[in-house]
Formats: sequence, structure tokens, C-alpha cells
Amino acid sequence: MSKKSEKLINKEGVRTDGRKFDELRPIRIEIGTLERADGSAYIEWGKNKILAAVYGPREVHPRHLALPDRALFRCRYHMAPFSTEERKNPAPSRREIELSKVIRDSVEPAVFTELFPRTGIDVFIEVLQSDGGTRCAGITATSLALADAGIPLRDLIVACAAGKIDGQIVLDLDEPEDQKGQADLPVAISPRTGEITLLQMDGIMSSDEYEKALNLAMDGCRQVHSMQREALKKKYATEEEGAKGEGEGEVKNE
Amino acid sequence: MSDSYDVPISIKMKHIGELIVQDKRLDGRGLLDYRDIKVETGIIGKANGSALVSLGNTKILTGVKIETGPPFPDTPEEGVLTVSAELVPLASPTFEAGPPNEESIELARVVDRGIRESKAIDVRKLCLIPGKMVFVVYVDIYVLDHDGNLFDTAALASMLALTTAKMREFELKDGEVFYKDDLVSLPLQNHVFEVTMAKIGDKLVVDPSLEEESAVDAQITIAVDDEGNICATQKSKTGSFMPKEVIEAVKIAQNKAAELREKVLGGLS
Repeated sequence: MSKKSEKLINKEGVRTDGRKFDELRPIRIEIGTLERADGSAYIEWGKNKILAAVYGPREVHPRHLALPDRALFRCRYHMAPFSTEERKNPAPSRREIELSKVIRDSVEPAVFTELFPRTGIDVFIEVLQSDGGTRCAGITATSLALADAGIPLRDLIVACAAGKIDGQIVLDLDEPEDQKGQADLPVAISPRTGEITLLQMDGIMSSDEYEKALNLAMDGCRQVHSMQREALKKKYATEEEGAKGEGEGEVKNE
Repeated sequence: MSDSYDVPISIKMKHIGELIVQDKRLDGRGLLDYRDIKVETGIIGKANGSALVSLGNTKILTGVKIETGPPFPDTPEEGVLTVSAELVPLASPTFEAGPPNEESIELARVVDRGIRESKAIDVRKLCLIPGKMVFVVYVDIYVLDHDGNLFDTAALASMLALTTAKMREFELKDGEVFYKDDLVSLPLQNHVFEVTMAKIGDKLVVDPSLEEESAVDAQITIAVDDEGNICATQKSKTGSFMPKEVIEAVKIAQNKAAELREKVLGGLS
């Protein structure tokens, strides 16, 4: 994150894309987008377009990785070569490997892996277009894909970031804000208990700013969580009515 | 960084949990105490900078090499910082030879984030020919003995290797670089220290040993700079923290980072 003098907030306190400090980007959620996967979800969050798919519980390959007392929970976060401004090499980067790990660590505590010993649950997150905050959108979609796969969950993990731009603490940084801003703090929570299951930060903040950003991010998480719930309810309502079709389980915040 | 290798760990886990109720730890430390810190710098003559840091029985050697290369296209006037970590197989029965895995990538990236975001190195002073040639600072973290808390040990070794690194003084003439015999330090403008805490029961303990790491399910690493600002955070493992625990961890990290700074930087100059 480099400091440049370009303004990210104008005199009226409005951000470059017209948002207020505590405003989320438009979010659209779709559940059950993919046919073959056991569960799937698609999320548009600002210009982010992200698919998450779940396979399992199924046989583990390679077999020696299987665990005797619970399911092996694996996660792959990957960006499509065309998802970024400059073409991204499709081989997994160090960033993607780290994100796969922290996403897995943040979602796994909500999964009843102990109900499926010796099996594997695989999550695949594909970023089709990236716009800052892909890990948060990916985590949010992953929970929904797991629910769609019918895997018992303790909670729907949800994520959202807050950060610091032009000296202000703001919610949900987009790509220019992430690149030119001073700090980014992605947070995932278990909304039922308020526990934080993902917490990362890069940039510079005082401890007061840190606390403020943490609270703001958790606030954002709760807003996104209500959209998650609504999307699930909508999806299963349409199935009950037998009215399957386009846009099932689709929710927008606009 | 858990260890399925250690079978009797479940017995110890129970013991660690029982001790923590009385604010005690297996090795007799207080909850917020670091293990003994030993620091040696400049031990690899062929590197521009090096530091061997022990935190109790954990030992990490960081070597810094400074070479020239092209800058990144989006920062044509800035030097490049590259941090890598190697979990050498001689350091633990659970480490295997091979390409970097998740654990070593996470370690390198968390150390990188602290150094980069604190702007410890003034990268603008490492530019030779804008857009063409800059200095590339390679920070290579070598884990030699793994007894827990690799993050703080690696961050400390890397910071010290950078602080003590020397490079040949240079001059630019007609777009060419001429080196002189004099040695100068890297342009540093800040220092960063990482403080890792593990959550045992409802308490936070600083500098978890390997046994403690195997027993807990949530850890948090916080990087703090000279001014007490927070420059990086990483929650690791599958557990969780409550918001008030995070705020508490930030306060602890600020205090412990100041302590580390005094302890290790005081001895250098």
C-alpha cells in the first residue's frame, strides 16, 4: 500500500465511488449457481465476481490424508488470469496460498467435520473479477456454498473489511482504496457468537484507529450476514413452491 | 503450526489448561514473558547482513543479500523487498524438504508485511535508474530449530539483519553505477517488532512455545513500529478471538514491542 496524494475522499466526505464512510458496495448473492457441485454460491460485491463451490463429504485423495475422527477440510482460493488489470499467471501465487490457508482457518470452525470421519470436504473459490476485498467476498460465498451442499454448520461465517483512507476509517475498501489507502483490515466473524475467525491487517494505524476499524468491519459483517440469510431463505422458499428458475435465491442490497 | 508427531501432547494439553487457571505456564514463565532472547549479528560474512536469533530453543538465521535488478512496473522509483522463508528439514521432525508450503509462505508473508507496511526501509533511496535498475533486498529466513513462535523470531532476525546490513557505497555516472570501497548501511527509517500471543482458556500468553502452540487453537500476531502504530496483524490457526481480546492483544503487543526494541536495538549501537 503506497501513500499517494490522490484524494480518495472529497470535501463533502464522499468516496471516489460515491459511498459514505460506513457504506458497503452493492452486493448480489446467488445460491446453487453450479449444477455439478454439491453446493455452490456466486457473489458480486462491487466489481468482484466470485464463485464458490463445495464438493463432499467425499472420499479423500490422496487417501493417506484422511482423518480418523473428522472430515479433512480443504480450501483453494484462486484468481482467474483475466480477473486482474494485468493478466495474472494462473499458477497459484504465494498470496493465493496464504489466502487459501486463512480462509480455511476462518471457515472450518463452523463446520461439523466430526460428523464425517475419513471423508474430505473441498472448497474451491474462483475469483472471476477482482476489485479489492476478494477474501471477504470469498468467505461469505463459501459459507453459503457449504449450506447449499447440506453440510451441517454451527454458523454462517461472514466477512467484511474496514480500513483507513485519507486518514479516515471507512468500511469495505474497493481496489483503488486498497491500493492507495493507508490500511486494510479484513475480518470474518461467527455472527451468532461474535467470535472473530479471520483477522488480518496491513498498513499503519494507531491502536484507537484499529479498534474503530475492527468495530466498523464487524458492523459490515452483520449487514452482509442478513443478506446471506435472506438469500438462503429465498432459495429454499422457491424450491418449496416448486418454482425453480432463473435468479433463484438471489438477493441484492440495492 | 501444530505437531501431530508429538503423541503425549494430549496429556500436556490438559496440564497446560490446568496451569493457566493459576496464571502459570509449563516452563515457569509469566503469561506475558518472552523466553530468553539471544542475538548474534554479522555471522555470515558473504551476506550483506545476517542475524541469528534464539527465542528459548527456537533458532532462526536470517541472511540479507542486496543485488541490483529491475523495479516493479508500478513502482519504477522504488527498491524491491523480497522475503522468503525456508523451513529447513533439520529444524523439526515435521519439516520436509521441498518447495515452500503453506506454513513457510505464511511465515514469509507475515514478516514481509511488517517490514513493508512500517516502511522500515526507505525504498525510494534504493533506486538507481528509474524504471530500469534498483536495489533488490532479499531477506531469507532460515528456520534452524523449531520450538514455537516462528513469527516473532523470524521478524526479529530479519529486522536485525536489515539493521546491521552493509552495502557498498555507489555513485551514478551517465546512467552507470560505480561502486566505491566504503560500506554504508541500508536506508532504514523505522523498525518493526512482531508479537505473537496464543489464547489458552480465556487468557492470552505471549511467545508460545511449541508445546503451547500444539495445545491452543487460536493465535494472533501483531506487528508494531517505533511509534507504537500497528502495521500488520495475522490471526492464525482455526480458533477465534472475541473483539475485546483483540483490543487487549493490541495493547500487550505495543508494550512487548517496546520491550523488544529496547532489549535488542540498545545492544547494537
